Amino acid sequence: MPVLSVTGLNVRFSTEDGSVHALKDVSFDVPERRIVGVVGESGCGKSTLINAILGLLAKNGEVSKGSILFQGDRDLTKLGATEMRALRGEEIATVFQDPMGALNPVFTVGQQMVNVQYRSGLSKAEKRKRASEMLKQVRIPDAEAALSRYPYEFSGGMTQRIAIAMALMMEPALLIADEPTTALDATLEVATIELLQELQAKIGCSVLFISHHLGVVAELCEDVVVMYAGEVVERGTVRQVFNDPRHPYTVRLLECDPARQKKRMRHLPTIPGEIPDLRARPGGCIFAPRCHRRFGACANTPPDMETGTGHVARCFLADQPEPVGAQG
Amino acid sequence: MSDVVVKVEDVEVAFSVGRIGRRSSILGVAGVSFEVRRGETFAIVGESGSGKTTLARAINRLRPVSRGAITFEGRRIESLDRQAMKPLRRRMSMMFQDPVGSLSPRMTVGDLVAEPYRIHGLERRNIQEETARLLSLVGLSQDFAHRYPHQLSGGQARRVGVARAIALDPVLVIADEPTAGLDVSVQGEVLNLLNDLRERLGLAMVIITHNLHVVRHVADRMAVMYLGRFVETGETEAIFDAPAHPYTAALLSANPEPDPDTARDRISLPAEVPSLLARPEGCEFHTRCPWVRDICKTTPPPCSSVEHRVLTCHFPLARGERPPERTG
Amino acid sequence: MSEAISEPVIALGRGARSLRRLLREPLGAFGLFLVVAVIGAAVFADLLASADPSRISPRDRFMPPGAEHLLGTDQLGRDLFSRVLHGGRIALTVALGSTGVSLLIGIALGLISGYGPRWLDNVLILLFDAIKSFPTVMLALAFVTLFGPSLTAVVVVVIIINVPGYARIIRTQTIALKNAEFVTAAQSMGASTARILRVHVLPNVIGPILILASMDIPVVIAIEAGMSFLGLGVRPPTPSWGAILNDGFASIRESVWIVVAGGIPIILTTLGFTFLGETLRDVFDPRLKAR
Repeated sequence: MPVLSVTGLNVRFSTEDGSVHALKDVSFDVPERRIVGVVGESGCGKSTLINAILGLLAKNGEVSKGSILFQGDRDLTKLGATEMRALRGEEIATVFQDPMGALNPVFTVGQQMVNVQYRSGLSKAEKRKRASEMLKQVRIPDAEAALSRYPYEFSGGMTQRIAIAMALMMEPALLIADEPTTALDATLEVATIELLQELQAKIGCSVLFISHHLGVVAELCEDVVVMYAGEVVERGTVRQVFNDPRHPYTVRLLECDPARQKKRMRHLPTIPGEIPDLRARPGGCIFAPRCHRRFGACANTPPDMETGTGHVARCFLADQPEPVGAQG
Repeated sequence: MSDVVVKVEDVEVAFSVGRIGRRSSILGVAGVSFEVRRGETFAIVGESGSGKTTLARAINRLRPVSRGAITFEGRRIESLDRQAMKPLRRRMSMMFQDPVGSLSPRMTVGDLVAEPYRIHGLERRNIQEETARLLSLVGLSQDFAHRYPHQLSGGQARRVGVARAIALDPVLVIADEPTAGLDVSVQGEVLNLLNDLRERLGLAMVIITHNLHVVRHVADRMAVMYLGRFVETGETEAIFDAPAHPYTAALLSANPEPDPDTARDRISLPAEVPSLLARPEGCEFHTRCPWVRDICKTTPPPCSSVEHRVLTCHFPLARGERPPERTG
Repeated sequence: MSEAISEPVIALGRGARSLRRLLREPLGAFGLFLVVAVIGAAVFADLLASADPSRISPRDRFMPPGAEHLLGTDQLGRDLFSRVLHGGRIALTVALGSTGVSLLIGIALGLISGYGPRWLDNVLILLFDAIKSFPTVMLALAFVTLFGPSLTAVVVVVIIINVPGYARIIRTQTIALKNAEFVTAAQSMGASTARILRVHVLPNVIGPILILASMDIPVVIAIEAGMSFLGLGVRPPTPSWGAILNDGFASIRESVWIVVAGGIPIILTTLGFTFLGETLRDVFDPRLKAR
């Protein structure tokens, strides 16, 4: 049974310029003890997806259709505010891009890490001990002393590790990590990824890892969900998607990453065109206007085609992969 | 005149820190030398805090230079005053990190692009025509002239920045993180544009970045910066092929690649970047260097130069050398 | 990303959009209506009220409102309707004029203080705080004692009181923008300090202060009325709302209409500008909204 199961999720925002269809028919699972990556460029709906899962959509947004099942029984779209609050932090934890956002600047790290455990029923000393153990696990040097220091006294990489420690303190079933390494330098980014992997294995939780960095996802995740303009265009295991991409957007996106180009090239590949205006979501395939394989049928909405076990692409041509190196 | 556009010799940039009475100064840039020729792209790579942005701003005279010499088109500029510097600013332009944030929010794109002409009193040139020419040069349609920065995507804003940077036909363009905040599919567009312009206009370019994948494709030569100094300088391809400084090697290996099957033999860097307030003795990288030996802790390495490669390390790495197994 | 989607707003005229949002708020629409009405009445005072506001006619003293005199007459038989409209001119001229001048000075000083050298900033801040520490009434009394009661005295007092507040706000915002990348970018292009302040900083700091100024207008009107009421402002026979109130106060036993005629415009104008200012603030800068 998957920890999180999103089925046919649609989210709309009502704005002054009309209704924005921010997520359209989004479906994917986060299986138990697995790390699932969500990749996509700005405007693809990653943040809306997280907010929908956490029940934190802006006031003008609503889930118009679909369900988000947590541990098979609770539909997060139907839970009340109080139940959601009980769930967040306890069973679903989050880590964000800016760790300082998660840490209160006027309390010491120790105070905050003890406060997080208010529902655990442990004694104060036990809580503190647990906090320092957790800090040790995220490799904060001199964990005992670190407890009585304030967040600003730590470097960016350390604050992010402290934020991770706090998120995992209650051993949640699901950790949602929203671009947690984006603000970090490459060497720290790698270290943080390795740490996340290690802690995930130890605690045995599932992770939903949101990133725009294909390399990080390839390295950390087991499954990947590719989003474009509020739709899941392709999903599968990391190997399936990265080695045998079936949606033209995924193909193009992978090509664009300069890291994929081993040979030095002066002219880097790009995806011409812009993300469509979601206030007037065009009918048919959402990627069609920028797609080099577009043909007549793309005026209709393509089906989610399964081309391998769990490998699904929303494209009419998903079962006919393009020959390698064929570019428009 | 030789085709060296800018020559930087042993430049230092000092910051004063601390309160009045107990002021001390630290070196953000601690003695850096390089030169860039016409039509050449020179990349400066480093992690946050390495001083790369400070260096860029010092060359552009936005920061005072506390020691060393900067020669721009055969003229010493490190101590020119604002007035004397102004005409030179037509020949040297700078692009800033934040694509949208570096554009005045209340000005239209048309005004933003025309701003250099207005600043330098070149209104007699037909501004309308110039704006149109520049916009088409960077691939933006004419209706963009009436938009405001907040109505632009990151890529479009970056193009406006490029248009503005080349408005007055400079010979040198300094680009600070030209791909920061841009999606992968847009990064390529911006880099291709810069490359085309460099070729067409014979620009000398300095690109400041932390993204090594980008450097490989666009830069002819590169320098790796650590704690305000260049640790390794040389031809880009040669450095990628066989990094000789341990820090370069670690940086190169720390780049996650979007390929789940790459073998990862990563060189991990222990410990945090030391503070500029307390520079380590000896080789400044020794606190994090996996190859560290006793001499590194006491004696600063000399600057050696072999085949266009400048290096500060006691024990340059052989091609593909792996860190020694640490005991314990 | 919800923000990313609503971000590429179609270039619909910012002004038209704001006006629509302003009118959608009932208080804002009401405020705007009152302000337009008050300004209109003052501008077209000559057309709307045919009687000379200063013409004394002892036979028509203390007349109640009627067809001939819409608001009745005062103790000297002067037409109150006409006096109220012309008094509105004085009130608005003082309010708009002195607020306008305070804005100009405040913005200039604020920009200099925020962008200029540290020592200059310190000097100016000291000056602003020194002025701020005087109570308004004391300052006004001292000023009138020195230079005699006059319209100019009112205007000068208002300017002195308002400038430090405006300058401080502009200063704070300028400091925040001083190191913004677009300002550094302008420096790197070689822009002069004057140009940076005028073209790149000013347009970004002026919004909130205009809203604040529009909310200050009723305060200024009250100061003018108050000083005139005390006989420290406009000299008779020039009509002023404060003077009308004072007249009415003196002859409250004879007729209540004078006080009513003097008080109502003050109330309406104050309400109008306050509602308008508050709605403008909510529309343009929701962060400032009181919770």
